[in-house]
Amino acid sequence: MKRRVGFKVERRPVASGRVVFFVSLLAILAALVVAGIFFRIYGVSPIRAYQLILSGSLGSRFGLAETVRRAIPLLLCGVGLTIAFRALFWNIGAEGQLLIGAVAAAGVALFSGLPGPLLLPAMFICGFIGGAAWGLIPAILKVMLGLNDVITTLMMNYIAIYFVEWLIHGPWKGPTARGFAYSDTFPRAAWLPTLFGTRIHWPTLVLGLVLAVVMYIFVTRTRSGFEIRVIGENPDAARFAGISQLKTTLLVMFISGGFAGLAGVGEIAGIHMRLLGPTNISMGYGYTAIIVAWLARRNPLAVIVTSLLFGVIMAGGDVIKVSLGLPFQLINVFNGLILFFLIGSEILLRYKISFLLRR
Amino acid sequence: MGWETWIITTFSRSLAYGTPLLLGTLGEIYAERSGVLNLGVEGMMIMGAYSAFTTAYIIGNPWLGILVAAVVGGAFSLIHAFASVTLKANQVVSGLSLTMLGLGLSGMFGRGWEGKPLPVSIPKITVSGLSKIPFLGPILFEGQNLIVYLAIILVPLLWYILYRTRIGITIRSVGESPATADSLGINVDRVRYVCVFIGGVLAGVAGGYLSVAYRPAWTEGMTAGIGWIVIALTIFAFWNPAYGMLGAYLFAALYHLSYRLQPWVSPEFLKAMPYAFAILVLIFVSRGTLQKRMGAPAALSLPYTRGED
Repeated sequence: MKRRVGFKVERRPVASGRVVFFVSLLAILAALVVAGIFFRIYGVSPIRAYQLILSGSLGSRFGLAETVRRAIPLLLCGVGLTIAFRALFWNIGAEGQLLIGAVAAAGVALFSGLPGPLLLPAMFICGFIGGAAWGLIPAILKVMLGLNDVITTLMMNYIAIYFVEWLIHGPWKGPTARGFAYSDTFPRAAWLPTLFGTRIHWPTLVLGLVLAVVMYIFVTRTRSGFEIRVIGENPDAARFAGISQLKTTLLVMFISGGFAGLAGVGEIAGIHMRLLGPTNISMGYGYTAIIVAWLARRNPLAVIVTSLLFGVIMAGGDVIKVSLGLPFQLINVFNGLILFFLIGSEILLRYKISFLLRR
Repeated sequence: MGWETWIITTFSRSLAYGTPLLLGTLGEIYAERSGVLNLGVEGMMIMGAYSAFTTAYIIGNPWLGILVAAVVGGAFSLIHAFASVTLKANQVVSGLSLTMLGLGLSGMFGRGWEGKPLPVSIPKITVSGLSKIPFLGPILFEGQNLIVYLAIILVPLLWYILYRTRIGITIRSVGESPATADSLGINVDRVRYVCVFIGGVLAGVAGGYLSVAYRPAWTEGMTAGIGWIVIALTIFAFWNPAYGMLGAYLFAALYHLSYRLQPWVSPEFLKAMPYAFAILVLIFVSRGTLQKRMGAPAALSLPYTRGED
């Protein structure tokens, strides 16, 4: 009798959580292997690089703190993006929304003259509104005029970047900044408290965690959350069911932009205490958060885990940048590769490949 | 400066700055006409710019640099083709990751090349007889380079192929209705691969033009969003190479003219202008796209699997 080994490909109805987890893990590992090849070409030992990334992010108290600190803006932006992506609104503009949130909060801190205890809450509220407003512009342009959301959100990032540049070189340039392009340092009452000896501005962290949970409940348990999902998964069905495209799109971008704005408030009130250059405020959190949200499979709760993972990559990236002399652009290599393998591997979620032993 | 010189300079500079926009737009039009949205233009372009610069620097021949840029851009685009055509992955996300990867790799490997002067660049030429033609002569035949002409020649060529040949009908049918094309025996995947590859080659050349012809130098992130403006121009052009040319040069003219405002407005405002323009031109054509969905390939960004839908 002949024995034949073959394999069978079938469509999978819905992939279980365990399958999703292992496929994602596989994708990340594959991305790390390819990134290792690039390290090798660059002339750096990949094993040494990964050792440094791990020890620099998880191997010490300082490293851990830096990982969490990096994860905070990723968490806030990422949670917001899961909501936008659920409605299939391609918000590539979290970077700009974060910056405008930072600008709004800086404006409050520098010029409002509010009494101490009111200052920080006002900064968070205005930061939210700033980010949300910046996010609503592309939302309105998409629903009213049919403009492509990817382009408008992205173009608005550039506009936000140069807006911040203009502020710090022009009207908001601090008299006490000694010729540097910064604003003045915020008054003490506008500084967020940090965990002892670290740069973890814990109120923002707590806010991010709470919002992740709230948004999870929102998308799974409320009518609006359900409508968002229908619009994203089946726009025709949504139209027949009378779900308003306008209302839903505005809602998701209000949330998504607002959360990115909150991230901006955290960065300037928790880390820098002043408005400064856009690349110093953000370092691409808004772009990295796209992968954070995608890796979390658009589940707000899972963003808590994925933002920490990218916190590790960013904090570790800082370390190899210094000790191996690699440029910061390295983060983009990681980002691009992980995203590629992630979407490339999604085919494994749709199809089941089983190996058969036939007699 | 007399008004005549003023107009001539404006046109001539628009031609020079519009060339990478035009090359990129033509390529993206082909990719999207076959039904594949490639948001990786910025990534392919910067890889082209990086590889053209390093090749020209090491070998000393800028044309070889352009050639290598074309190959690198094309090879890079195949990653997107593989993800979106073969693996049927989400095209928006795949294109984004291509851009991130391109910016990352060129930034990583390009760091040592920052600020190095390029001894050889694509020469500017003056066609001695033709440059004497009043008005048009100095615009078209003085101080431009061969790539500028290449881009112009490509417009009627690519337009003709797309609308007047069998190949063009094949491409468009794959983008409009892949299932129908498939039933007629057209290899949908192969057509899409080829079109994405064409897009990659042209984006690569556009990047090479920036680093060895337009301003012979390498800086990290030097494409500065041109790849994204190309995506906007593709929509503006209603996926038609002829309008693509109009859009690219018009955009370049706006960009150039905004610099005439230099004495009055802040430099940050000027730098933000092209991005605001990109949104404005889309608003400008939005009535057309909304009313008739003019030109947009029906199957754009939808993966095709035989036997489904």
